[in-house]
Amino acid sequence: MIGSASAGLRGIGARVIDGVWKLGAGARFAGEMLARSGTTLRRPRLLLDALHFIGVLSLVIIVVSGLFVGLVLGLQGYETLKRYGSAEALGTLVALSLVRELGPVVSALLFASRAGSAVTARIGIMKSSEQFSAMEIMAVDPRARVLAPMFWAGALSVPLLAAIFSAMGVFGGWLIGVVVIGIDDGAFWSQMQASVDVRADVANGVVKSGVFGVAVMLIALFEGWDAPPTAEGVSYAVTRTVVTSALAILALDFVLTSLMFTGV
Amino acid sequence: MRALLFPRPALSSSDLVELRDVTFAYDTRPILSGIRMRFPRGKVVAIMGGSGCGKTTVLRLIGGQLRATAGSVIVDGVALEGLPGDRLYALRRRMGMLFQFGALFTDLSVFENVAFPMREHLDLPESAIRDLVLLKLEAVGLRGSAALMPSQLSGGMARRVALARAIALDPQLMMYDEPFTGLDPISLGVIAQLIRRLNDALGATSIVVTHDVGASLGIVDHVYITAAGRIVAEGTPAEIRASGDPLVRQFIHGEVDGPVGFHQPAPPLAAQFGFGGRA
Repeated sequence: MIGSASAGLRGIGARVIDGVWKLGAGARFAGEMLARSGTTLRRPRLLLDALHFIGVLSLVIIVVSGLFVGLVLGLQGYETLKRYGSAEALGTLVALSLVRELGPVVSALLFASRAGSAVTARIGIMKSSEQFSAMEIMAVDPRARVLAPMFWAGALSVPLLAAIFSAMGVFGGWLIGVVVIGIDDGAFWSQMQASVDVRADVANGVVKSGVFGVAVMLIALFEGWDAPPTAEGVSYAVTRTVVTSALAILALDFVLTSLMFTGV
Repeated sequence: MRALLFPRPALSSSDLVELRDVTFAYDTRPILSGIRMRFPRGKVVAIMGGSGCGKTTVLRLIGGQLRATAGSVIVDGVALEGLPGDRLYALRRRMGMLFQFGALFTDLSVFENVAFPMREHLDLPESAIRDLVLLKLEAVGLRGSAALMPSQLSGGMARRVALARAIALDPQLMMYDEPFTGLDPISLGVIAQLIRRLNDALGATSIVVTHDVGASLGIVDHVYITAAGRIVAEGTPAEIRASGDPLVRQFIHGEVDGPVGFHQPAPPLAAQFGFGGRA
């Protein structure tokens, strides 16, 4: 009885130590990688290639999802607003929900599952097939040559992808509200224009998605770099990237929202 | 008398690489214990031994990817212990390494793989890079495959492309990690001949880590045989072939039983199956 209890305690302790150790290793890894960002600045071509791999290839899922989220928002919002006789406020509802919350959060979640997993898989495979070892022997630091450009590409991409997501969402809301249901076009846009503030709403949304982008990229790159160099190890690392990123995005969103929008 | 008047400086010895009493352990698991090896300039030296006996570790120590727990690794007169990162990188520019499965960059074409070290380290115009890459590919017989992607290559071709990439900057020291693993007999012969020919053409020094006895004894100048982290025999291929040492004989002839037993340690048969009564 005492034996199994102490074994259980030991197990918990080991997990905690493991977690703390990983957090420390991740922070050290991030520091070392960011300190090697000079190559990215000197060779914009590396950043462009990474932007293509990370940002451009995520465009389709972002555009399509943004459109559908907008369509649903239009339908649901209209149904609710109609009861209070304020269907013209649909533009406001769609725009504010997208710019403040859904745009940054949903696009970051989609980004984590599309680009974050791809980054972890690529880094993990490069490590397990000794491509990083080969680079090191060629006197090239993989953190400067491969990882840092990916980090900056991801950190730049997420705010842009969130903006595209929100724009597509607004378009979807307009399609449902104005084209399908027949709300007044002028009222839809003017109410939106009057109630969305550049600093309080748009800028805060951009800050959020920037933070999410940094978080997802750090998680994805570290999981790939830290993965055991086997097929099994890489596949687990990809799963961990998606799960950890999703939790990090939602937790950070709560923190950022409570800092930004309380008292507004 | 002459030798006394002009003693050879200690640093420019005839050995390009030297391991002095090198010990290495992962955590507490010992891999190498007190190894001494010398790799003379211009020679091809093989390190042979069973799987997991620390052969590859020797290459990683020489490349500076691992640091010795004790002892000294000396490359061209420079001791690697405590060498700062930038000087290690400068030293690595004079090394080339062929990895077990090539380790080609999967997102780059054959041409770009070979061009990679040139683009990273030399400031050459595109036309010069093109000519150099095609020359390197010609040296391994694959000039016609420059446009292919690594996924389109057979195992032997991938190894040859990786070899062209490893010699891209004309290294002084070439290291080969299991270059013969998983190749068909023709590709194997091609790689073996390339190792010898490139070494002599580049005026380089080569270290071949392998457990392929047949392919390597024909092309190397000197052999080290390791087991359990120690050197158990060394000599020229002829000396190794003629060796009377039972362990060397078992290794060279691939005998099932010998000093390296067929059975791994286990509890006694009778005890595990329960016959012969309970003890």
